[in-house]
Amino acid sequence: MILCKGMSMTRNSLAMACAAALVFFAAPAWAATIFVSNEKDNTVTVIDSETLEPIKTIETARRPRGIVLSPDNKELFVAAGDGDIIDVVDTAKLEVVRTLESGPDPELMAVDSKGDVIYIANEDDSLVTVMDIASGEVLGEVPVGVEPEGMIVSPDDRYTAATSESTSMAHIIDNETIKLVGNILVDSRPREAKFTKDMKELWVSSEIGGTVSIVDTSDWDNPRNWNVVKKITFEVPGLRPEQLQPVGMDFDEDHGRIFVPLGPANRVAVIDAKTKEVIDYVLVGQRPWHGEFGPDYKKYYVANGLTNDVTVIDVESLKAEKSVPVGRLPWGVAIMPGKPGE
Amino acid sequence: MQKLRLILPGLFAVCLIAVLSPGAAFAAPETPPADASAAKASDKAPADKAADGDKASEAASDKKLMRVYYLGKKYDEPLPLSYAEEVITDKGIQGARLMLKEANQAGNFVGHAFELDEGIVPKDGDVVAQAKEALASGHRIFLADLEPDDLLAVADLPEAKDAIIMNIRSSATKLRQEECRANVFHIIPDYAMRADALAQYLIWKKWPKWYVLRRDTPEDQDYAAQVKRSAARYGGKVVEDQIYRLPPGARNLDSGHQQVQQQIPLETESAPAHDVVWVINSDDDFGDYLMYRTYSPRPVVGTQGLQATAWDKSYTESGGMHFQNAIPRLADRKPVERDYTAWLGFRALADAAMKSGKVDAKGVKKYMLSDDFKLEAFKGQALSFRDWDHQMRQPIILGGGTRVPVSTSPQEGFLHQTNLTDTLGFDKPESKCKFK
Repeated sequence: MILCKGMSMTRNSLAMACAAALVFFAAPAWAATIFVSNEKDNTVTVIDSETLEPIKTIETARRPRGIVLSPDNKELFVAAGDGDIIDVVDTAKLEVVRTLESGPDPELMAVDSKGDVIYIANEDDSLVTVMDIASGEVLGEVPVGVEPEGMIVSPDDRYTAATSESTSMAHIIDNETIKLVGNILVDSRPREAKFTKDMKELWVSSEIGGTVSIVDTSDWDNPRNWNVVKKITFEVPGLRPEQLQPVGMDFDEDHGRIFVPLGPANRVAVIDAKTKEVIDYVLVGQRPWHGEFGPDYKKYYVANGLTNDVTVIDVESLKAEKSVPVGRLPWGVAIMPGKPGE
Repeated sequence: MQKLRLILPGLFAVCLIAVLSPGAAFAAPETPPADASAAKASDKAPADKAADGDKASEAASDKKLMRVYYLGKKYDEPLPLSYAEEVITDKGIQGARLMLKEANQAGNFVGHAFELDEGIVPKDGDVVAQAKEALASGHRIFLADLEPDDLLAVADLPEAKDAIIMNIRSSATKLRQEECRANVFHIIPDYAMRADALAQYLIWKKWPKWYVLRRDTPEDQDYAAQVKRSAARYGGKVVEDQIYRLPPGARNLDSGHQQVQQQIPLETESAPAHDVVWVINSDDDFGDYLMYRTYSPRPVVGTQGLQATAWDKSYTESGGMHFQNAIPRLADRKPVERDYTAWLGFRALADAAMKSGKVDAKGVKKYMLSDDFKLEAFKGQALSFRDWDHQMRQPIILGGGTRVPVSTSPQEGFLHQTNLTDTLGFDKPESKCKFK
């Protein structure tokens, strides 16, 4: 299970990747490399997970936000919204080696399990751009609601879900036809969408609505029949409801939990995937939006936008252990197993 | 008067998918799944394209239609004192047009459609007659780009009793207080909210002594009274309330700066010790002269300098770039506050329609006043309506006269038992509004 956190892998490729990974990274284990995009600095900070020291600061195009690794972890995609481009970082060299012409204002992206296709939210154009990663060729563009943001490819690569912040919807794209096949109304300002590994649910966080909607996707062949079946709300004594703004969502398949950074609440909510109840709220730095688990699911790393640091949460004890300074307005986190070049 | 009929983005029409959302009562259209190919790479702004007309109108007939009427009047507006400011003659309506497009973009996915009719009368036109005509043709939902007297005249029409009238223009406090109306909703912040928004910031800065320098128009009197109220509320002090004496003049003058440079220090020299100059000059005919010219070196806030505003053309936070980019594409200029309030008023209506499934004034009003109504509008938190006076509660940007926004109020530390944004403007206990 070590390296099987890639949600967007088919069972076979997952098994193969795990097998391969086990061969290469077996013994010392758990060493990982953490990438954090710094929206204000136009950089990506690279951190060694063992020392928690920065290894390198990579210059990117302007306003880097969404950050995602290729399935083979060889490339890191950084959406630079003000640069209207996606920088591709070679994770061995730790430098930008090429760019993808993403179209205007890319914010978040998702990559299919084979690493062939990238789905990009063009916030400003109400479009999802579908692009061949190797050639950079645009395979299609799908008009969605206003201000698309969250992107996720289903574990079987069949669908991509895109949220549109202003339209308050999750749009479902059929990846083969590159067409919209479903639209699900959720609460205000949906930020992220994630499929569960068993593909029975799609979770959508609504930042301004203050809820996480769970969409029943068990009728997998018919996205038009997918409905919101439950909404998770948040409550922290002493905090006002408007401060509880769920943004990112990260699944800990090992423990059956979902970690949800709550923005202005300065906390990460921990949700039980089965009961869908909040188990705990972990106090972190200010305005956490996105985080990521380490490859072994022992630690969770969340970027705090207003305090310019990353909080390390111990997954077992649910305690915030350490704060690691990064650049200004840290936004997204991506983590690859091993050290650069290994 | 221009009539703008619904433009259905064809590319969306063909992507019409039935969607059933729990809690939402609307019936999704049973349209078969997309039969057209995905947009081509070259179709940059698909929402702008009105494609297959037949198909579009066919699809529209299945939808729940909300008809919105933009009622306005071409009042004389003062030229901005600064030549750097554009003279804009289409404030407001461009925001409504943008929302028409966006509302249909969203509505297409869930079986809703929106229509916008525009009725803007000339400055000597009869806006009440225009309103009657619209009401007679069945309109009940209005975006009102009107001054207080006209707004009240329209709101008090018997046939408008069950209407929704969105005030997108007037900051007059009486419209939220003694002269409040059950059929009027206020999108634009009033002077009390603006004064409180600035006051909180000044108190946070520990700049409590305010020198008010103003004209004496009804708007200026209203604003000045609210500054005094804010001072009493938050521990500030109006050390002087002075009427600016020099008459307005032409805004561009050869060697004009020389006289201004002499006059402003003289005008401001006798003021008691103060931390800021609070200028109140709704007609914009002297306020911008104050900065760098006052007798004491003090910052300027109010209607010029640092302003409390619902929108600032340099505001970029919480997704605000979307609006900053979208208005220029439509209007070929930057957005101003009234574009935002028109957009926001329409957005409140569209959001309520799609979430509640209701498109009639009664149903929409009920939803807008319910706890379920949480509107997203680039302010980092949900906006809603105060049920005691129908004012939209909202954070307020401090910027306007600055090159970049300075802050957003409410400020930290100003507490309220239910909503922090209710520290801005008339809270329930002090409301004089009684809906009949």
